[in-house]
Amino acid sequence: MKTYDMAELAARNLRESVLRNSLTTVGISVGVASLVAMLSLGIGLQQLAGRRLQKSGLFDTVVVTSRRDLRGFNRDQEENGPAPADSPALTEDARQKIAQLPNVLEAYPDIRFITELRYEDKPYLTMMAGLPFSAKHNDAFDGMQGSFFSSETAPEVILQKSFAAQLLGKTPKAGGDEPSVTELAKPLLGKQLTMRYAERTATPTDAADTPPVSSPGDNNPSGTAYSVVSRSITLKIVGVCDLDPDSMRGQARARIFLPLKLAQNLHVMQPSDLRDTTNMANGTPAYMTVEVHVKSPTQVQAVEDAIKKMGFNTFSIVDATRSLRQFFAVLDLFLGIFGSLALAVASIGIINTLVMAILERRREIGIMKAIGASDGDVKGLFFAEAGVMGVFGGFVGVALGWTIGRVINLGTNVYLKRQHFPPEQIWFVPWWLVMGAIVFSIVVSLLSGLYPASRAARLDPVQALRYE
Amino acid sequence: MSAGASSLNNSIAIRTENLCRHYSMGEAVIRAVDGISLEIVSGEFVALLGTSGSGKSSLLNLIAGLDRPTSGTVVVEKHDLAKLSREELAKYRLHAVGMVFQSFNLIPSMTLLENVELPLRFAEVDRCKREGLAKQALDRVGLSARLRHRPTELSGGEQQRASLARALINQPRFLLADEPTGNLDSQTGTEIMNFIREFNETLGMTIIMVTHERTLAERYASRMIFLADGKLVGDQSNAVSAASKQPSGGGL
Repeated sequence: MKTYDMAELAARNLRESVLRNSLTTVGISVGVASLVAMLSLGIGLQQLAGRRLQKSGLFDTVVVTSRRDLRGFNRDQEENGPAPADSPALTEDARQKIAQLPNVLEAYPDIRFITELRYEDKPYLTMMAGLPFSAKHNDAFDGMQGSFFSSETAPEVILQKSFAAQLLGKTPKAGGDEPSVTELAKPLLGKQLTMRYAERTATPTDAADTPPVSSPGDNNPSGTAYSVVSRSITLKIVGVCDLDPDSMRGQARARIFLPLKLAQNLHVMQPSDLRDTTNMANGTPAYMTVEVHVKSPTQVQAVEDAIKKMGFNTFSIVDATRSLRQFFAVLDLFLGIFGSLALAVASIGIINTLVMAILERRREIGIMKAIGASDGDVKGLFFAEAGVMGVFGGFVGVALGWTIGRVINLGTNVYLKRQHFPPEQIWFVPWWLVMGAIVFSIVVSLLSGLYPASRAARLDPVQALRYE
Repeated sequence: MSAGASSLNNSIAIRTENLCRHYSMGEAVIRAVDGISLEIVSGEFVALLGTSGSGKSSLLNLIAGLDRPTSGTVVVEKHDLAKLSREELAKYRLHAVGMVFQSFNLIPSMTLLENVELPLRFAEVDRCKREGLAKQALDRVGLSARLRHRPTELSGGEQQRASLARALINQPRFLLADEPTGNLDSQTGTEIMNFIREFNETLGMTIIMVTHERTLAERYASRMIFLADGKLVGDQSNAVSAASKQPSGGGL
């Protein structure tokens, strides 16, 4: 019998006992649905975690330092690499070279300095750091009051919550409740701060006023001398953030941030400048650290290796992402197994339905054999019936699973909203899952049809015809 | 006596040699067919007569290739059925044999047209040709008005006519009928028998009909074979019928 005829006959046979066959098909679709729902949640959670990691900027960042400053994070690198004196300095040239490595999104210098700030005529001393404009989407700014910098060079600052509290004289007592960001931000947003800082300028032979846009690399191309001038600048408070964007720095973390470009243009004297004067022949200023953003956490290792080859020390938290990926692989596996359990039960349903159908249609099988159906025809017919149920079950199941996932997602978001969290997409159905689930459903159905079909094919026609 | 009917100069279509079919029912062995040797010439109209349990249906099933002999051989047109594979046997049933049963054996979920079309599906005939062929066959038995009806909506005679149409659809050389009029009143029975005779005469089909009605056999068959307890107990040509038909050269 031709395949098309087989499918057509199978479909009409299924229509004959609609209730039983549709219940069996519903069984399959529930199985497929649970598989799709489980896996889509697993994938969704994995993507959510991935997005979170990406936004946190922790797992796709490589911190680059020069060996010359003798403060590497990794002792192995210290011992195995070239001697500090032979190592290259982390200059602007080096930064640009790093930025051009494959899979590197950006490489920016880390500029931080301890400075004095005046707010309402009272002085405050704290660590200040430049923030690249790309940090705007960092999740450390979730829940920030006010707004991010209006431009890359705007004279604006964002305060960390604890520093804002300090400015307002609301330092929390030990064990006491922290004041909320909203409360702290209200009196501070839009207010002015005066920052005093030490500017490094070229020697008087070179013009006294360096153009503000130039980078530190060409600041003093020929000379070895520079002047340090005390200056002040007025900055506007635009934001107060709830979390700690600089948490990776530990003790050296900044509590007030200004745009990185602005910080670079100010040519603030860096703590390492003085030491570099004695170390370096041409007096080109060097960065203490350069932070490198990699496209995805999986490429961190490769980028790190490339930078190491250039003779720098590197540091990243790549191992953490590896164990996280492993966790999700295991999670997906378990969710898949639980989802498949329902499908396994459904496949028993198919076997049951078809075995019952054989008992019921014994005579019909006998007739078909008597008028010339081969074993293969009978087998194919039952096989096709299982397949048709699998196809329907697969499609309905994917739709059902999609709906279940959506409902769970919706419910979760209602819950998140109640808990004052931003909404999240915790459910994701990729195309391969849709296709895979349908194919899987058909394969499982066909496997379930294997035994009933061969049993039907083996039926003795004489006995089958005698059966009333 | 056994050579009576085969005196015609036709080629031998079916030959059985010491054919046995034994069933075991627990300890006991039932000898449904017990050493039957016979030859059937192509174009013959043979009636298998005997009481119930005499083995006539079992013999028919062996000739139809629905069952396999315990021992002995059935040779149909030089093919030993015992040596055919299951697949080849199905092909034989599909193309060489048409079967009609006492209980009609139409598939209740299908319309008449679909029932008659079914053997064409197994024979992998093109879709476009199938419906035409099936309509033609149903037309031949006078059922062209009933194409879309299901078997349960028809009388016994109509159902048997439909099953005749189904038996003919693949143009087989043998029509094997197992008590074809057993469930019908005498008038419809005659109608069916006339159709069978027509197939024998105009299409030259070899007919083997199982029946327990001797009068029916005498009226239509050219040869009567009597069975009892699985053994051949009588074989005679039916002079009246044979004379009225005068099969010439087997009609093939």
